[in-house]
Amino acid sequence: MRPFGYAAPATVEQAVGLLAAEGSEALAGGTDLLSLLKDDVERVDRLVALRGVAGLSGIELDGGMLRIGAMTTLQELRDHDGAIAALPALAVAIDGVASPQLREMGTVGGDLLQRPRCWYYRRGFGLLALTEDGRSMVAEGDNRYHAIFPIGQARFVNPSSLAPLLVALGAEAVVHGPAGERRLPVEALYQAPQTAGERENTLAPGELLAGVEANVDASRSAVYEIRQRRSLDWPLMAAAVTLTGSGSRAERARIVLGHAAPTPHVAAAAGDLLSGQELTPETVAAAADAAVEDARPLSGNRYKVQLARTAVRRALGQAAGMEI
Amino acid sequence: MKGRRVTDDAKRSGFSRRSFLRGGAAGALSGGLATGLLAGEAGAAAADAEATETVGPGPVEIELEVNGVASRLAVEPRVTLLDGLRDRLDVTGPKRVCDRGTCGACTVLEDGRPIYACSRLMIESAGRSITTVEGLGSPDAMHDVQQAFVDHDAQQCGYCTPGFVVATAALLARHPAPSEPEIEAGLGGNFCRCGTYKGIRAVVAGGKGGGVSGG
Repeated sequence: MRPFGYAAPATVEQAVGLLAAEGSEALAGGTDLLSLLKDDVERVDRLVALRGVAGLSGIELDGGMLRIGAMTTLQELRDHDGAIAALPALAVAIDGVASPQLREMGTVGGDLLQRPRCWYYRRGFGLLALTEDGRSMVAEGDNRYHAIFPIGQARFVNPSSLAPLLVALGAEAVVHGPAGERRLPVEALYQAPQTAGERENTLAPGELLAGVEANVDASRSAVYEIRQRRSLDWPLMAAAVTLTGSGSRAERARIVLGHAAPTPHVAAAAGDLLSGQELTPETVAAAADAAVEDARPLSGNRYKVQLARTAVRRALGQAAGMEI
Repeated sequence: MKGRRVTDDAKRSGFSRRSFLRGGAAGALSGGLATGLLAGEAGAAAADAEATETVGPGPVEIELEVNGVASRLAVEPRVTLLDGLRDRLDVTGPKRVCDRGTCGACTVLEDGRPIYACSRLMIESAGRSITTVEGLGSPDAMHDVQQAFVDHDAQQCGYCTPGFVVATAALLARHPAPSEPEIEAGLGGNFCRCGTYKGIRAVVAGGKGGGVSGG
């Protein structure tokens, strides 16, 4: 790693002040950032350690409102019986990070804001991976794990384990910055970069993700991830669904795909199709088809369209308690 | 070269162990933070940042406990816990294999919790307690898990073994009599594709060595 400075603020206000300086980067669990620094994919002048910042770690369950501090580790969240009982799908998403060491180190905020796994980005070609004459290395190269819903020139996928579920729940992100606190839907944390200088998240310099809040009361959720192997790896495809209403009827359905697009992909048409409907094998299959209707797979990832269909079907089945 | 010497840089910075311990204590809170979570004050004061020192990139004096021994050394912020343990403190049980948080050969316990030492900056472990495979037991007085690895011939080339032993001890501390799925999940941060896992699974299924304390 190249040399860098290090600051360990005690308060959110101090952290925000430090992060506003150019070349400063927040350090959470470090499991991904250190690899990027070792590989010289990212460079920093100073790391701002969040580990000792008061108020960023912890879990509260207040009525139906679940609040999770960004520096809460995945293992702390997994071990919180109240949170898991209120939202069992969390356990599926967390257990998908199939390494106790990564769950002990990795944080909720770090999971949400981890950088994409795209191998062109990881080899230093940037998030958009364009050649000097503007051609896409991804489109013309090996894109087996890339997006089936590319956005502009962005063809990487969002790698977060928690984001699809939180987006399906309509969770809010709490962000602190130089201008104070703001709240935004978790999905608004993400963007598809349009130029080489842009990132895949919408945080401004000096802004810090402090935590997330979700109402987990009046809904049923499920996460279904599809992997190449059982052991530690990112999923090839993931679906998260949240249903309101009871029994086999869905008053409202929200379906979100992970590892499918540069941002968590809200399959709005599929959710709308199910809203107000009985969940049957037929309506669920129709929703799964609708979820991928506008997919635009690349040369080597057509198989992910079927994985998305399957993930949606099985997540819906689990949320509704049906065999599908 | 052992790093016990406090550099002039570190002295000048005035970076104290106390400030690390303060940070460490706050970071160690797990799940019990009932007040103030996400209820930060509106209107951050950027001037507050001046209260926080930036140290490095030169060596910074830190203290941490390694296998029960208080260690004091000066490290650059960029030095990982793994490299600091091996190259500065001569604790070479944790192995540097992938160096990317994937293989598990560098697994150590930090305050009783299993972590990849390659993916933690040593400066982040200041004020904390680290246990490596050397800290579990010695050849003359082996930990039950270490003895079980010998009994079940649970190593091939042996390079990943120190990490496996530590991960196994952590697993047994959490699940003294783990089920097959709990063994698979508990060692999921170490398994790759070796031929000796039959022996390692036998170690864990034997339920030996659940005596690793959590702290």
